[in-house]
Amino acid sequence: MANDDISLTVEPGEIHALLGENGAGKSTLMNVLYGLLQPDEGEILVDDKPVRIRGPRDAIAAGIGMVHQHFMLVPVFTVAENVMLGAEQTTGGPVGFLDRRRARKLVREVSDRYRLEVDPDRTVEDLAVGVQQRVEIVKALTRDVDLLILDEPTAVLTPQETADLLEIMRTLKAAGKSIVFITHKLKEVQAIADRITVIRRGRTVGTAAPDTSEEELASLMVGRSVLLRVEKGAAEPGAPVLELAGVAVNDDRGHRAVDGVDLTVHAGEVLGIAGVQGNGQTELVEAIMGLRPVVAGSTRLDGRPTLGLSTRDILRAGVGYVPEDRSVDGLVKDFTVAENLVLDIYNTEPFGTRWVTRPDAIAENSRARIAEFDVRTDAAGNAAVGTLSGGNQQKVIVAREFSRPLKLFIAAQPTRGVDVGSIEFIHRQIVHERTEGTAVLLVSSELDEVLALADRIAVMYRGRVIAVVSPDTPREEIGLLMAGVTTESAGTAKDGHPDD
Amino acid sequence: MTASTVDAAQVVAEPTQWWSRQRKIGVGLVAVGLVAAVLFGALASAQSAEFTLAETISGSAVGMNGRVGAIVFGVIAALAGGAMLVAARRWVNWLLGLGIVATLISFLCWQLSQAPDSLNTIALGSVARSSVTLALPLVLGALAGVLCERSAVINVAIEGQFLMGAFAAAMFATLAGSVWIGILAAGIGGLIIALLLAVLAIRFLVDQVVLGVVLNVFALGLTGFLYEQLMAKDQSRYNQPAFVPEWDIPGLSKIPLLGPALFKGNIFLYGAIVLVILIHVGLFYTRWGLRTRAVGEHPAAADTLGVKVLALRYRNVLVGGLVAGFGGAYFTLLSTTNFNKNMTSGLGFVALAALIFGRWSPIGSMLAALFFGFCSALAVSLGSINSPIPSGFLNMLPYIATIVAVAGLVGRVRAPAADGTPYIKG
Amino acid sequence: MTEQTTATAEDLAAAGADQLPPPKTFAGRYLSTLWTANTFTVTVLAVLLALVIGGILIAISDESVRATTSYFFSRPSDFFSLSWDKVSDAYAQLFKGSIVDPAAVQAAANGTGKWERVFFPISETLTYAAPLALTGLAFALAFRGGLFNIGVQGQAIMGAVGAALAGFLLPLPVGIHLVVALIFGAAVGGAWGFVPGFLKARTGAHEVITTIMLNYVALFFLGWLIVQKGIQDPERSDAISKPVDGSAQLTHLLGFLGPSLRVNLGIVVAILVVAAVAWMLRRSTFGFELRAVGLNPEASRTAGIGVGSTYVLVMTAAGALAGLGGATIVMGTAVSLTGAVIGSVGFDGLLVGLLGRAKPWGVFFAALLFGALQAGGNRMQSFSGISLELVGVIQALIVIFVAAPALVKTVFRLKPAKVSGLGTGMSKGW
Repeated sequence: MANDDISLTVEPGEIHALLGENGAGKSTLMNVLYGLLQPDEGEILVDDKPVRIRGPRDAIAAGIGMVHQHFMLVPVFTVAENVMLGAEQTTGGPVGFLDRRRARKLVREVSDRYRLEVDPDRTVEDLAVGVQQRVEIVKALTRDVDLLILDEPTAVLTPQETADLLEIMRTLKAAGKSIVFITHKLKEVQAIADRITVIRRGRTVGTAAPDTSEEELASLMVGRSVLLRVEKGAAEPGAPVLELAGVAVNDDRGHRAVDGVDLTVHAGEVLGIAGVQGNGQTELVEAIMGLRPVVAGSTRLDGRPTLGLSTRDILRAGVGYVPEDRSVDGLVKDFTVAENLVLDIYNTEPFGTRWVTRPDAIAENSRARIAEFDVRTDAAGNAAVGTLSGGNQQKVIVAREFSRPLKLFIAAQPTRGVDVGSIEFIHRQIVHERTEGTAVLLVSSELDEVLALADRIAVMYRGRVIAVVSPDTPREEIGLLMAGVTTESAGTAKDGHPDD
Repeated sequence: MTASTVDAAQVVAEPTQWWSRQRKIGVGLVAVGLVAAVLFGALASAQSAEFTLAETISGSAVGMNGRVGAIVFGVIAALAGGAMLVAARRWVNWLLGLGIVATLISFLCWQLSQAPDSLNTIALGSVARSSVTLALPLVLGALAGVLCERSAVINVAIEGQFLMGAFAAAMFATLAGSVWIGILAAGIGGLIIALLLAVLAIRFLVDQVVLGVVLNVFALGLTGFLYEQLMAKDQSRYNQPAFVPEWDIPGLSKIPLLGPALFKGNIFLYGAIVLVILIHVGLFYTRWGLRTRAVGEHPAAADTLGVKVLALRYRNVLVGGLVAGFGGAYFTLLSTTNFNKNMTSGLGFVALAALIFGRWSPIGSMLAALFFGFCSALAVSLGSINSPIPSGFLNMLPYIATIVAVAGLVGRVRAPAADGTPYIKG
Repeated sequence: MTEQTTATAEDLAAAGADQLPPPKTFAGRYLSTLWTANTFTVTVLAVLLALVIGGILIAISDESVRATTSYFFSRPSDFFSLSWDKVSDAYAQLFKGSIVDPAAVQAAANGTGKWERVFFPISETLTYAAPLALTGLAFALAFRGGLFNIGVQGQAIMGAVGAALAGFLLPLPVGIHLVVALIFGAAVGGAWGFVPGFLKARTGAHEVITTIMLNYVALFFLGWLIVQKGIQDPERSDAISKPVDGSAQLTHLLGFLGPSLRVNLGIVVAILVVAAVAWMLRRSTFGFELRAVGLNPEASRTAGIGVGSTYVLVMTAAGALAGLGGATIVMGTAVSLTGAVIGSVGFDGLLVGLLGRAKPWGVFFAALLFGALQAGGNRMQSFSGISLELVGVIQALIVIFVAAPALVKTVFRLKPAKVSGLGTGMSKGW
């Protein structure tokens, strides 16, 4: 059960924050309100009148609009097409020829009225994430909604874009719209909300005023105070393990995603890459792993060039890799835990040879790893890995990668969608590995995670490392860097492209 | 605090590498052209190779010495390839087209120069007409595919829809003594398979490729069974439909080359042309098309805007079944006048290839279908001039062309993003 | 019609299950276990459903039954009794032709008939099952590797060609000749499977299209080949090749009981190969790679497995299996190449592979079932006048029902349980 007896009231012209941890049931609640899910019991009142919302059509008719966490935009459509979809402006009666001119005009009008700066003729997939989000808002506004639900709207935004969004929300509020603002970020809530409802494990745990202290909100939200601090000693960096020079990589569509990155990771240190998602981190890591061709530049591992090596060669050279998208790239869901634990070493001793695998050795390894990494599954690991929780799946990957001697450990978003307990465990493992002398490259879009773990922080923006800073750097400064704003105090002369 | 924004262009142009795709193709074309010049030139005799735009080989024709023709056109192809190495981008398609056509003429010069004395003429009008005619079922089948796959239901069962259409057309046209009843029945035959496809794929979430393949076997078995039980026992009662009538368009049908191909047609030709236009306009300029494409690309987005995803899929798959069934009638009411077991001989799958080759667009599919039709027509023409190439190999031509086309292109085409994925709410 | 349709049969059945209290008695529990839709139950029910629909087809396509419909409302009993007679007779022949004919057993026991007649049906079933098991495996193996091999037919044709050529062109001693011919069949079939695998790995060309096209290429090649000098039987004017040398023909296993018992070493080859493939999938390094790539190519690539090279190997191996299937036909029963030498054994292999849920021993039992339907269908055709094509319809229906467990469960109102459907992760688009 994702929601259990929740009550929520939103007043006209109010910004109502819905605060809760990942998985607390915020999105479920809003999907019920928007008609994507049906409640088992309870009712929805709009303007004090009960309404039955069987689908998005009913929700829109009742004046409810929603901006989903994962944007509901058709990437190959233009902005105008996305906005008109479902409520098309047409001519020609029943045939329904699209009246694109009218749709464009409407987009421009709404865009201008609320200062959203959206061009109706751009194709959505070419737009930056922040702009796509504004398209979503336009979509809702053209449908004359009175209540707008924003589901985790700032998760993918830079601090600057976030500030812009909050400004837009104020404009909407001034125009008399109500807003439900779903988030787990306390600062934003304090900055904008008129009222705050906190949800934990599918239940309302309290309603608070915006001047409630951060600590109070946090403990309401999590139930116990969590320290996102990892005990670790000072780093003792050794020889360079990974050296990147002028690395350039293209994304799937052939556009330059990584554009001349120079980076060095030393033995015994954690180099964290901070940055808003989509600034080339994914492509950079895939290029290091030999999963994506390097267009220009050089990569060296332990002084030896790795360009042209296969992924297997790179793994065998002592690189451990936790991919960003666990279920797609990290695990074969229908394989057992035991099989997944040897996914990259099944053909090496003692688990197998060029020709055969050794089930006994694989089973024994599985038992040992499950115990060591506290993976919650059957002791032998015969369950399909897809039946495990997200945190335990991630532990399987980490356990697998740590089961052979490593020179370099690359972790991309290692704790995304993972429960608090597993996060702490995985963080301790990473620090432990660093202390043992492994070089660690950590990529995370959670700035707090990077701050907690990294010994040095490289900030990526639009395919470049625009600064490498110490973890003692003030948060705000790193936030500005993530938005592409370099300052003299933070710049460490990495900004070699003064092209503006 | 001085702040400066690093604002690099997000789309960085590829560094101009010398070995671009264009140049690789150019070099390939040069090689092909030279091989053609040398090989076809050596194999050809000095007998004249004659080309005529008419539908028959009698009458005026342009002729040339076969060996000279083979060499000259081979060299022209090589020159076109050479030009591609240096030409600007906008010329690429033209040069490539020129190269392919020149290679083809070089090949034909060789073939014609080897033909028996009175057969050394190729009637291009006839080739054009039979290209179009042979392409018709492919166009209709591919259109059925467009309707299904644009709304994200993979349709591998086009072959089965053809068979059901062909069977129903033959049977009911004979029983009712009217080809129009036959065509109506054909649509319903295709609809039956489409209904099974829709219900099992959309409602019961059966893997769509598996389903399509099995539905083909089902249609093959069912039509074969009914053929044996009914038609084979009494052909004149169940399996002797009439041909569909030919409708010439006055005036236009007299145009050389295009006239016989496009304006001396029948219900299938005109139907295919109308359907291509209708579906193209529908898909890109109407509410239905916008919703269909949205459902094929991002069904959740469409759903959150109140578009009824599953209903739209049902509707499109069923309409696709009607179109494919209509295409099936071609086999029994135009190309022959009786039904035979497995008579569609895999053309449903060629239609599927045309759909992919044509990038899931109605017009692209039509052009791809015409290409396959041309390959088949060429095989027929070469057979009729007693080509030294064995007929078995000539018959392979459309199928091999399909493989080459799909292998050469498929990596660079983008299917509707949700194609093949059932939509489950929540 | 839209929102409601998303509720799958599982959901409906789940809703039903919540309301029912668990049965108390032993028999109740036994029945409840049985009726819980496990994989086996679904398969059995699928066969049953297919036979029912086949029966309906038999009835409505029968001239005399249709005659009774003209007075159906005045005397419906005629319609039903006549239908029942026709259908039960047809299915009785199906059984007698595939398993055993009780009359023949009685005659043999009395000494009035020969034991050959008793073993004839089972011999026919096994004869048909052998190549089907191999072609079914050819489909199943590729399926496990994430590839949809519709090219089994073409690969089997090329395998038959390779085996036949080795069978009548190579002068080799008894024993060695047999093995060499089988290897040739597997090798040529493997080469034919390599092509789509290579194209998939290199260009991304979808194997569904390329394998189908190669089927037709193989068919035309066969048609051309068998009329060539040195290949065509010099004593014949029609399109048929020389027969395979006796030294390359698969020995008849029950030949001592009578010449009509055609079951040959092919079934032994099939069993050995099934066992080998089962071992390979479970225990070998290649099997691990194949399964990993089939279930999740992205994760396999990330773990350093060469996805492209695995595709090539899988298709080559699948082609070799199909080639072996074609070889057992031309070396066992057909002896000479003709245009239709392998019939539709390749296409039937797809259904066998799907019905066997792409598991080697599952495929084997599915092949036995299909072999039985084929053998019984022959008898049904000659004794009851029901076209053999009906068998094709029944086979396709069985697989449709097996592929849609939710449908079967809806029809029979079964409780939900873990049922392995078919082809998860197959249709990822083009």
